[in-house]
Amino acid sequence: MAIDSIKDKAAIVGIGVVDFSTDIGRTEWYTACQAIKLAAEEAGVNIDDIDGMVKSVDDGPDPTYTGKGLGIDNLLYHSENHWGTSAMMNAVHAVAGGLCNYCVYYQTAHRASGPEKCISDFLVAREFRDDSLDMVRYDYFSPFGLIGEPGYVAMMYRRYMHETGIKPEQLGWVPIVASENAARNTNAIFFDKSITIDDYMQSKLIADPIRELDCAPKVDGSIAIVITTPERAKALKQEPVIINSVASGYALEGQNYTSYTRDVITDLPEMENMAKELYRVGGMGPKDIKVAMLDDTFAPYVPMQLEALGFCGKGEAPAFIEGGDKIRVGGQLPVNPDGGEIGQGRFITTRIVEAVRQIRGTSTNQVANTDTVLVASGAGGPADGMICRKE
Amino acid sequence: MSVEYNADQKIPHPAMWGVLYKSSTPFWDGVKEKRVMLQRCKSCGYWLNPPRPMCPKCRSQESEWVAAKGTGKIYSWVTFNESPHSAFKTPYEAVLVELDEGPRIVSNVVGINSDELEIGMPVEVTFEDVAEDLTLPKFKKVG
Repeated sequence: MAIDSIKDKAAIVGIGVVDFSTDIGRTEWYTACQAIKLAAEEAGVNIDDIDGMVKSVDDGPDPTYTGKGLGIDNLLYHSENHWGTSAMMNAVHAVAGGLCNYCVYYQTAHRASGPEKCISDFLVAREFRDDSLDMVRYDYFSPFGLIGEPGYVAMMYRRYMHETGIKPEQLGWVPIVASENAARNTNAIFFDKSITIDDYMQSKLIADPIRELDCAPKVDGSIAIVITTPERAKALKQEPVIINSVASGYALEGQNYTSYTRDVITDLPEMENMAKELYRVGGMGPKDIKVAMLDDTFAPYVPMQLEALGFCGKGEAPAFIEGGDKIRVGGQLPVNPDGGEIGQGRFITTRIVEAVRQIRGTSTNQVANTDTVLVASGAGGPADGMICRKE
Repeated sequence: MSVEYNADQKIPHPAMWGVLYKSSTPFWDGVKEKRVMLQRCKSCGYWLNPPRPMCPKCRSQESEWVAAKGTGKIYSWVTFNESPHSAFKTPYEAVLVELDEGPRIVSNVVGINSDELEIGMPVEVTFEDVAEDLTLPKFKKVG
């Protein structure tokens, strides 16, 4: 068990979103600074008062560059976490623990137009000289043509179909509802109108049984989020969104998207462990959650998360998503009312932005009376999550 | 179905990265001698698959490599209709085989059509020379 002292001790006070694009035409350094400037302005925080910076290790220039661009000369805290939205934990721990006062969590990734990382040489070097577990992909998968994340997920999903009996006509409702929500979201660039089950069934089986529409498309984007204490938030411009709890989850024999050696490969033990901790620290349960922001990088993870997070019983998820009514706005548990990553592109922190908008009541697809939102990330690997609430 | 390759493209494999893959070298050395080698904890017998520096059960760092019988069952598979790499002609399958000893490994099938594949299908190893400098352990129908 982790410390409980972070409960309700941090708040999101500002968000900055650079318009998404498939060719943003700028460097990641540029849009990282741009997003942080937007977030600080929205929050009413002077950039000179930002003294903490966190990010995922994969996305965007590190604080040396970002801070240099922004002219920050007093960074009390900076750190990087791995994938997902796990850097949110760093921000909450830093602010709740008094390590810094105004922490910015930024994610900058130009995956559609190609990376322009300040430090790309370092990343490439790390990828190919490391002898860590992830090298299994190059060692044991690549020679057989098992390459790329859609294929990794497809290997698990074929087995999931076999064990649960889920049909494409059921899974299809994840991208269908995503397209409906994205069509309403002016910030989402991928669906002008919603798709039908026929569209889904005709979608190319790129890595059978994974279809093109099951995968979040690549996108260029940049998002920044300002976190401080609820006390400091009182003097700022926005209604604060209180972070009720944050947690991470690990499990034995885990490997990003490819935990094929476990006895059971068709559940999300990391997510289950994360959820237990998240609910325990926050003093909440699945029934207290009004909106779920789930990891839909690949559609099969949505039904799996519904079960892992306790929103439905084991084996009930295929029926839960079928027809879409339960997961639409107005349903039992609205999932990703912003269109998720399938609708907006592969960009994890969109989930935090939408959580903030839902709590503030300013979403383009608002769920009535939203006072609690759960954010989950890292499906298919180390998981992390957050519950946030209205003050 | 069996994988077909574009002859002018290199099949990605550990040796071509030009770095020493310390943890998988015994596996690839075994393949050259037509054996499927697996790492096992010397202390408690837990399969270290994929290979790793410590047993997650008993924390022993003493391990050994043993040859698998080479028989198993299809546990899952993927059919690639869009090739993620220029060396592989589509469509082709990557399969996950559960070896009779327990560990699962990724491979390809030989002489099994896509519509014949099914979960639980018994298979046995066969070794295919896919390039001048590369042999791969693949799986065919038993018998």
